[in-house]
Amino acid sequence: MKAKFIVMDTKDNCATALEDIDKGEEVDYNGKKFKINQPIPLGHKFALNDIKQENFIKKYDQKIGIATEDIKLGDWIHTHNIISYYLKELQNK
Amino acid sequence: MNEEFMGYERPNSKVGIRNKIAIIPSVVCVNHIAEQIANKLDDAVAIKHPLGCGQFGPDYSNTFRTLVGLGSNPNIYGVVVIGLGCENLKSGVLAKNVKRTKKPVEFFNVQDIKGGSTAAIEYGLKIGNQMREEANELKKEPFDFSNLVLGLECGGSDSISGISANPAVGIISDRVVKLGGTSILPEFTEWIGTEHLLIERAINENVAQKIHNTITGFIENLKGLGIDFLGVQPTPGNIEGGLSTIEEKSLGNIAKSGKSPIQGILDYSEPPKTKGLWLMLEPGLDIESMTGLAAAGAQVILMTTGRGSPCGNPIAPVIKLCGNPKTCNWMAENIDVDASRIIKGEKTIEELAEILWLKMRKTLNGQQTQAEKLGFDDLAIWRNTAAPFQYMHCK
Repeated sequence: MKAKFIVMDTKDNCATALEDIDKGEEVDYNGKKFKINQPIPLGHKFALNDIKQENFIKKYDQKIGIATEDIKLGDWIHTHNIISYYLKELQNK
Repeated sequence: MNEEFMGYERPNSKVGIRNKIAIIPSVVCVNHIAEQIANKLDDAVAIKHPLGCGQFGPDYSNTFRTLVGLGSNPNIYGVVVIGLGCENLKSGVLAKNVKRTKKPVEFFNVQDIKGGSTAAIEYGLKIGNQMREEANELKKEPFDFSNLVLGLECGGSDSISGISANPAVGIISDRVVKLGGTSILPEFTEWIGTEHLLIERAINENVAQKIHNTITGFIENLKGLGIDFLGVQPTPGNIEGGLSTIEEKSLGNIAKSGKSPIQGILDYSEPPKTKGLWLMLEPGLDIESMTGLAAAGAQVILMTTGRGSPCGNPIAPVIKLCGNPKTCNWMAENIDVDASRIIKGEKTIEELAEILWLKMRKTLNGQQTQAEKLGFDDLAIWRNTAAPFQYMHCK
């Protein structure tokens, strides 16, 4: 069966869609079933658990950015709710 | 583990997976002559380039190091260097430096041969034919992977490369390193945002500092010139494809280097000093990048491409893998390994890496890549140090 999404590392808190996923669609990650809260286009990410504001988003077991607002399980993760930690640090220098 | 590949042993104990004759012009003025000679020889390549005169300082050294490196690559049995005679990159000096590998190297200047270009082509052909006959005498022998230098490249990337083809390449790079071999990751502009991770993997403080200095130095240079590089990364196309931050984008790129410790940063075209994974200073144009990898001694290059790229290298076979199903279909003749099976859910990244490993072994053992079959022999030398001329314009 074709997987709808891929998780790059077991420690990640986001998944990448391998096809367009509809809002309201139920997904299953390691037995955890949950609903997708917004449409997720191919190549885009969604949350595998709740992520509080200022917490890191992890992909490839690495920090790819920090949450600019509270993110809920099944939420679309993109430029509207995360920013580059790298750029933030650089600006603070 | 008893992993081996078949290759040609060179006099300096390096191992080639091809047995080519290289015709290297020391200057652009004799490109056509080099090409005419290579065309008339079996399994010969002309290393055509647009440089070799009017260069000085670090710009000259960079070109010189690259041409020496290309001639020294173990996929080359022997080299004929051709000069015009009046250029500042002298054919004799180039030949002498390639000769350090103890491989057959001859040189001549076109202006020294009575009869002009036609006579020069005949003269070069005579030397080339002799080398070809000697090269054909060589037999392949089995070698272990400590003899391999692997180049890691990506071009025409999309949001899929970083989650499919690139991590598969990373597994292969780690495997080569574990088997005692060498692997090189170029394209420093696509390390930006991940330098803290590269630094964590540095083998010592000195290497960590070099990685830090390379990236911060580049960003400072740009700031000084008023260029906001970071403000445009990721690009609108990247964002549309799902990449949210520069870290995420660069992570996709550095995934090609797996998890191995980083031994150091090489200058463009500089051969690695030890085995293991190395970074190379190079700004991200595929052809310049692969030229630098071949000049550093890479016998084979793995190149991921999402949007599709046909290009190759005259010396190191380039194996293409593509994670995008549409590109795999549209540009099938330019793709060696269909990595779209990952996003189609047919193969895991690990399973795809195994397919890639087998493909790479076949390539090492002599099977032609698609770029080789189609005759792609692209070459470009990065002019990273033409400092006196940088950013000159007429207004």
